[in-house]
Amino acid sequence: MTDAPASRSTPYTVPSAVRDAYVLGGNRLPFARSGGAYAGVSEQDMLTAALEGLVARFGLQGAQLGEVAGGAVLKLAGDLNLTRESVLGTPLDARTPAIDMSKACATGLETVTHVSNRIRLGQIEAGVACGVDSASDAPIEVSVRLRRLLHRLSRARTAVQRAQVISGLRPGDLAPLPPRNSEPRTGLSMGDHQAVTNAHWGITREAQDELALASHRNLAAAYGAGLLDDLVTGYRGLGRDENLRPDSSMEKLAKLKPVFGTSNPAIAEPTMTAGNSTPLSDGASSVLVASRQWAEENGHAPLARIVDTRIAAVDYVHGDEGLLMAPAYAVPALLDAHGLGLEDLDLIEIHEAFASTVLTTLAAWESEEFGRERLGRQGAFGSVDRSRLNIAGSSLAAGHPFAATGGRIVATLSKLLHAQAKQKGKVQRGLVSVCAAGGQGSVLLLESDGK
Amino acid sequence: MTDAYTRFTRTALGRQIVKKAGLPNPARLPRQADRPEPVLDPVVVLGSSAGADEVAALLLDWGADVRRRFEETPRVGSVVVVLDEVSAPRELGEIVLPLAGAMRSLAPGARVVTLSRPATGEDLARDAARGGVEGFVRTLGHEMRRGGTANGIQVADGVALTAPGVATTLRFLLSARSAFVDGQLIEVSTDAGRRPQQWDRPLEGKTALVTGAARGIGAAIARTLDSLGAELVLLDVPASGSELSRVTNELRATPLQLDVTSEAAGARTIAFLRERGITLDVLVLNAGITRDKMFANMTADRWDAVIAVNISSQISLVEALLSAGDDGADVLAEDLRVVSLASTSGIAGNRGQANYATSKAGVMALVAALARRLGERGTANAVAPGFIETDMTGRIPPLQREIARRANSLQQGGLPLDVAETIGFLCAPGAAGLRGQTVRVCGQNMVGR
Ligand SMILES: NC(=O)c1ccc[n+]([C@@H]2O[C@H](COP(=O)([O-])OP(=O)(O)OC[C@H]3O[C@@H](n4cnc5c(N)ncnc54)[C@H](O)[C@@H]3O)[C@@H](O)[C@H]2O)c1
Repeated sequence: MTDAPASRSTPYTVPSAVRDAYVLGGNRLPFARSGGAYAGVSEQDMLTAALEGLVARFGLQGAQLGEVAGGAVLKLAGDLNLTRESVLGTPLDARTPAIDMSKACATGLETVTHVSNRIRLGQIEAGVACGVDSASDAPIEVSVRLRRLLHRLSRARTAVQRAQVISGLRPGDLAPLPPRNSEPRTGLSMGDHQAVTNAHWGITREAQDELALASHRNLAAAYGAGLLDDLVTGYRGLGRDENLRPDSSMEKLAKLKPVFGTSNPAIAEPTMTAGNSTPLSDGASSVLVASRQWAEENGHAPLARIVDTRIAAVDYVHGDEGLLMAPAYAVPALLDAHGLGLEDLDLIEIHEAFASTVLTTLAAWESEEFGRERLGRQGAFGSVDRSRLNIAGSSLAAGHPFAATGGRIVATLSKLLHAQAKQKGKVQRGLVSVCAAGGQGSVLLLESDGK
Repeated sequence: MTDAYTRFTRTALGRQIVKKAGLPNPARLPRQADRPEPVLDPVVVLGSSAGADEVAALLLDWGADVRRRFEETPRVGSVVVVLDEVSAPRELGEIVLPLAGAMRSLAPGARVVTLSRPATGEDLARDAARGGVEGFVRTLGHEMRRGGTANGIQVADGVALTAPGVATTLRFLLSARSAFVDGQLIEVSTDAGRRPQQWDRPLEGKTALVTGAARGIGAAIARTLDSLGAELVLLDVPASGSELSRVTNELRATPLQLDVTSEAAGARTIAFLRERGITLDVLVLNAGITRDKMFANMTADRWDAVIAVNISSQISLVEALLSAGDDGADVLAEDLRVVSLASTSGIAGNRGQANYATSKAGVMALVAALARRLGERGTANAVAPGFIETDMTGRIPPLQREIARRANSLQQGGLPLDVAETIGFLCAPGAAGLRGQTVRVCGQNMVGR
């Protein structure tokens, strides 16, 4: 199980060309609502637990893996080596290297891409992609004035000097600054941004509530069918996602008051509620990625091949495009590169940052105008068969601990594709699309032969 | 793992106060790690039957320092009293009385084990003598000092005293593995089974499923079965998943997150085992809960939850696994061992535990029926822990807990390890002759027989 040449039985040959990387499986914690079951638990504890569950499931005790790539979006300054520190707390060989990565909500998907690329290039044989976030234990900063004052205080040599510094302190300086949830360049929250995109595409409240309801029903059904039995490891008394409401209904969702776009005079009727937006969440996820040879040698059947990935960004700052619309560009680029259309995808996972991010993306792809003017095509990019979309639920039901979402989706989709390919006896393709703060997006293509 | 009071009795001040006030003075019980040798030497074998000679030879074979009398034998560690041929009560005295004078000088952690035959209802005087042994053993259990224990083996007529089941039981009772088993009689009803190749790893090459393995007694069972050589599948509810993966990682076992009360529990377990090509040699049904309330205040949710987890789930899991072979690959190996968790509450009843005692008494009847049903296919037995130091007993109010903990001959709570060792013994290949019994691990709790 080692990558080090000295201790391996059959030498791996470093390929001259790119080879394939496979998802072997995953493990995540049930996601908790912020301030819920994991309140007061550190990100390192959660990530360690997610990795321990993965080690237990795949018998990786004592294994030296090529790399563990992880990250958190809301990360304490002291956690600079969060992933490596977590690895050291697991039964993995302590010589397993780790890297911390960060790209807002796309962090998890980017760690998968990173590990996959390492394997594809023959640099490592097996690795783990993972992510964690805690909105309950988010870092709180002190004001700029207080920070400078504290630095001066630590430099002060005499009691008089210290007294001088302290006398400069004002009560207002002591108020802590919670993490900013608005875009630094526009001052608008993500939800308020999305509300504008929504209005532009004319997405109705009802369509959003329907999508939210489907998310809860699909996730509940997936739990019922045992799909998550080997994807989730319970934690701190939680066996399922805390946010999941199997008994949610259109009536219940309709009662909720809009929370985003409410102070924007340009939006006549705000539609985004707590029911059709993802809640702040806590949780961690992990995905085991490996070369075919490593999988075979260690007795694991690959679930899905990581085919390719694309990234894109939009100029939301100058109002050219909606903040969360980057995947609407990245997906066509990815599919074009493989000569595929939306109709060639058997399963599609679009991260539900808000119900409306999914709906505006679908609307853009169905729009002739968007196709011509934005994507430079002859007409519309195409439409998504809704029966193939987020069929085991997504972030609206499960919750969205930012950096953990990518891993949740990749592991779930890999398992779904594998089961479906096995059942149908033919290769199944699946797409993952994740939008991120800063007007960014990451997308990834998976494929399974069901073997 | 010792409680606060016991730690106090081991301080200089504590020792004085305890002595003056006549307070309980629990002894430190050596466990297997403290005393690995199977027999605490020297061992005196009492009795003059042919069986007694065979037992002496068996002990010699185990490397023990075997004597046939107490004279010139200082600080005897173990006494085996062979009473297999007694035919009337008056014959008992001659065999047992030599032990009387030695009782006070037995070594700390000493063992007394009687070997006798069960009453059969065929002969008045013989049955009276055989039945009398029980009262003798239980009294010695009370009178043994410094962590010593007294237990008995009742060997069915026609079964040799060196049969695998007898040898396995004798070795267990003489060893430190039985530290918290006291005042008990264990019946060996057939000469089935075989002596293990290696006494210390009798489960080598066997696979065991343990339910409720994330913590407490279940985790201890997993550790013990692992040390006895078994491969493990460890089951617990999804909400305990992370604790389960920690135990799993420690023992390199296979985790299975499942609520045993869920409707599909049997089917999911079977699918899980088949997917991994696992067949089970051992099934330990340990998952259990308490929902205590005086019966006058009992509610349906409390009653039903306890019945569902502690007994109904065991019936459905066993039925499902037994019949898996009907529609696919078998998931159970030949010579199966099933061990279920009963409780002293199920034997004597316990205030506030009507639901729990019902479920646990049900377990005892269940294993008896299951042993009959298994026949040649294997055996089933139960263990009935008394007060064991775990999260479950940690929830008892402090004063009540302190009383419960002392109410046994050893004056202390047992450890999860003690229950686990007894289960390890019942799972061994040599234990095939033990059928449908409930072995108490209670330090001779005052309640019940
Ligand atoms: N602790 C004692 O003194 C004592 C005494 C007598 C009997 N027992 C019995 O020993 C067994 C273990 O007790 P413990 O003290 O270790 O308890 P515990 O509460 O510490 O552990 C019980 C384990 O069983 C699991 N479990 C509960 N319901 C389950 C379900 N539906 N499906 C799967 N797993 C489930 C729990 O998650 C837990 O990990 C129980 O059967 C108990 O009745 C204990």
